[in-house]
Amino acid sequence: MPQDHIISAKHLSRADIELVLDRAAEIAADPQAVSDRHAGKLLGMLFFEPSTRTKMSFSAAMKRLGGDIVDMGPVDQSSVKKGESLADTVRVVEGYADALVMRHPLEGSAKMASEFVDVPLINAGDGAGQHPTQTLLDLYTIRESAGFDDLTVGIMGDLKYGRTVHSLAHALTTFDAQQHFISPESLKLPRGVRYDLHEEGAAMREHTELDEVLDSLDVLYVTRIQAERFPDEDEYRKVAGEYQIDAETLAAAKDDLVVMHPLPRVDEIAPDVDETDHARYFEQAHNGVPVRMALLDLILEGNL
Amino acid sequence: MSEDQQLRVSKITEGTVIDHVTGGQALNVLAILGIDGSGGEEVSIGMNVPSERLGRKDVVKVEGRELSQDEVDVLSLIAPAATINIVRDYDVVEKHRVERPGEVVGVLQCPNRNCITTKDEPVDSRFAVLDEGVRCAYCDTIIRESIADHIHVD
Repeated sequence: MPQDHIISAKHLSRADIELVLDRAAEIAADPQAVSDRHAGKLLGMLFFEPSTRTKMSFSAAMKRLGGDIVDMGPVDQSSVKKGESLADTVRVVEGYADALVMRHPLEGSAKMASEFVDVPLINAGDGAGQHPTQTLLDLYTIRESAGFDDLTVGIMGDLKYGRTVHSLAHALTTFDAQQHFISPESLKLPRGVRYDLHEEGAAMREHTELDEVLDSLDVLYVTRIQAERFPDEDEYRKVAGEYQIDAETLAAAKDDLVVMHPLPRVDEIAPDVDETDHARYFEQAHNGVPVRMALLDLILEGNL
Repeated sequence: MSEDQQLRVSKITEGTVIDHVTGGQALNVLAILGIDGSGGEEVSIGMNVPSERLGRKDVVKVEGRELSQDEVDVLSLIAPAATINIVRDYDVVEKHRVERPGEVVGVLQCPNRNCITTKDEPVDSRFAVLDEGVRCAYCDTIIRESIADHIHVD
């Protein structure tokens, strides 16, 4: 089904996802073949929040397709600082670009912005809402390393505010994966996401301890627990400490367990895991370029 | 109370009688209608009066006012059994039950302070109506309890 905007993983069907992943695999195999495919096209970058990986990989993706970017720059040097509404900002910027990528600190911002523009708008993270392009590269990584058949995934950390988690959970449901959500009680999946997963018939369970499920997992997706989610530093340290893994923790896991993380990590994955065969998070981050190239290509061609 | 007084309270000439409102919700019904008394509207309410159908019900009568579909839609969320009676010249000329709409627009305020609809943007709040509760179409926040607390009429 053609869609103009990429706002939420909820709106991506399995066929949509497979189309992007297949295209990404083609591009990864022969990036030169598309190196001037979108020459003359411009991608508008609106990052109202700091970003390293997402912003750089979108820039790299657009440039590797032969196109270029126009960047709003930091918020404190833009018209937003003068009090311009988001609706006005996107209506102006759509005149400068063939597609827009937007990250914004408020939930629902991408959906609202998409209602004001005619060029395709891609949500690169809206507050604690959704981050669908991260999900596409997560799924690409899962497909390359574990496959989707009979897949069991553990998702651990901040499930309440983690937008990558919300998007991934929706998408994994379309692939019939068994999902285990592991978090402190205070950071469980939000009601809206749980509602959708139940409605979609997701095979899911919630846990507070990783060791309840570790040995059954094919993929462990770890996310960062942020200090600002807790009333005080001591409470944060106590809770966060229970959701850290190291090479010793993983001794109880399957030999071919794949460990992923959207990054940046702080100390939830110890550096000694990097040296194990489980670690896949840097490869995951690198996959951002071919996957975003594939997505941009399909969107700019009107094929998604 | 004399019969004459009782009649004066219970009959209206032109307007709307909202009957079979869930007991205790009458003041929220007035909030949905944007009535706080300051506009001079003529209103009578009965609260927690005995009802065969509901056990206890509230009744709200508003003189000189017929409800819009938007108002009826939101009303249905807090008073799903309500009946709307349109009165003209003392007669009930129209009577219907409320129906739950697919969505309500511009009436509820999203309780998520981090939702784009709560900021100074040219966008109305929009909530999908679920079997239980409502859900923000922008940030996915679900409200199940005390929906009337989130009514926000400009």
